Amino acid sequence: MSSIHVTSAVNGDPVEFLCEPEETLLDVLRDRLGMTGTKEGCGTGDCGACSITLDGRLVCACLVMGAEAEGRQIGTIEGMADGETLHPLQKKFLEHAALQCGICTPGFLVAAKSLLEKNPDPTEEEVRYWLAGNLCRCTGYDKIIRAVMDTAEDMRKGNV
Amino acid sequence: MRFEAPETVEAAVALLAGEAGTAFPLSGGTDLLVQMRSGRIAPDLVVDTKRIPALREIAREAGGWRIGAAVSGAEINEHAELVAAWPGIAEAANLVGSTQVAGRATLAGNLCTSSPAADTVPAMVAAGALARIVGPAGKREIPVEDVPVGVQKNSLAKGEMVECILLPAKPDRSSDCYLRFIPRTEMDIAVVGCGVSVTLDEGGTVTAAKVALGAVAPTVVVVEDGAQAIIGTKLDDAALDALAKACEAACNPIDDKRGTVEFRTEVAGTLARRAVKIAADRARGVV
Repeated sequence: MSSIHVTSAVNGDPVEFLCEPEETLLDVLRDRLGMTGTKEGCGTGDCGACSITLDGRLVCACLVMGAEAEGRQIGTIEGMADGETLHPLQKKFLEHAALQCGICTPGFLVAAKSLLEKNPDPTEEEVRYWLAGNLCRCTGYDKIIRAVMDTAEDMRKGNV
Repeated sequence: MRFEAPETVEAAVALLAGEAGTAFPLSGGTDLLVQMRSGRIAPDLVVDTKRIPALREIAREAGGWRIGAAVSGAEINEHAELVAAWPGIAEAANLVGSTQVAGRATLAGNLCTSSPAADTVPAMVAAGALARIVGPAGKREIPVEDVPVGVQKNSLAKGEMVECILLPAKPDRSSDCYLRFIPRTEMDIAVVGCGVSVTLDEGGTVTAAKVALGAVAPTVVVVEDGAQAIIGTKLDDAALDALAKACEAACNPIDDKRGTVEFRTEVAGTLARRAVKIAADRARGVV
């Protein structure tokens, strides 16, 4: 079976790629486009390490087929910082030491950004539920939740 | 494997029916891709349904609602009017997986995957939902409880797919509720799930009800005796006790790491009792 030609956009930049029909969007991002910021954890939608946005919707890239991306807008961790300037969430994750090994971090950041775009003033409970599909085996979550809450507050005050 | 993304229902059916090997529709993909990865299935053809405009729609139909087979749980929960009309359907869809999974997973997919623990299935059954199935022989509408026929087995014939889920027109003073028990607060599979819908008269007496249980048998269980136990009552303690007993009697669960037979059976009665009270409060406009 011949490869499928897909035209899409990643972080606003047009991309074209060839993929096999079985390949997931996660495989495409990492292996075809060299964008390894999106991590593979479980590969079954349980851990959230491959969180991306697809037409603005938060999804797991491991549960999307590469060929589905035709004409879609993909958002990844590589699009989060503005050049050398980190996104407020990225700065707060560093300030709060909300990461240790770092494998889950891109997924948490993409998911948290998606939450704050939808709800700039979430309660702690809302943050915890929104991020329940992102697993971290190092931090125990508390620092992550505090970093997200702190970012939300700063962004609301216009401090960032 | 081939991947196709047709733009009409007719084209999708032609592809599914014309494939000599195994063919699957892909809507949310949250079960399909996992099963492909595990090697449980190896499709020759996957047909993405998300480029078919009608399958992406939530619309009014015949006084009720039509929810396209490719509509995600997140989209359902962002539709304020639908959430207000059928809160039990919305809360069940919201319980399926994480934010990421709810962004993709669909009612039709949850139904066709036919897991005994599917959250949205008891909610849809309680609501009296129909599945509109489209195939080479045309369209047909069947009660959602007739779609799952066993663990991970559905009644759809080759070439058929669900086009949409139909929720009926809702009488005045009616509402629904879905509750489930899991061993933690999020991200787990139902030990028991219970969907209830009720209609009350102006005096608060139950005039119609439907009760459905998930995860207590290979397929969803409609508890007709439970509905009969509360119809004609104002949900006094005796009626709720009879409802709980009927639900316990209807259970045929398994023992597993999430719960024993005895525990599942007792929880089924407890959830039904709680769910019907919430549904009745919603029907009265109290909550």
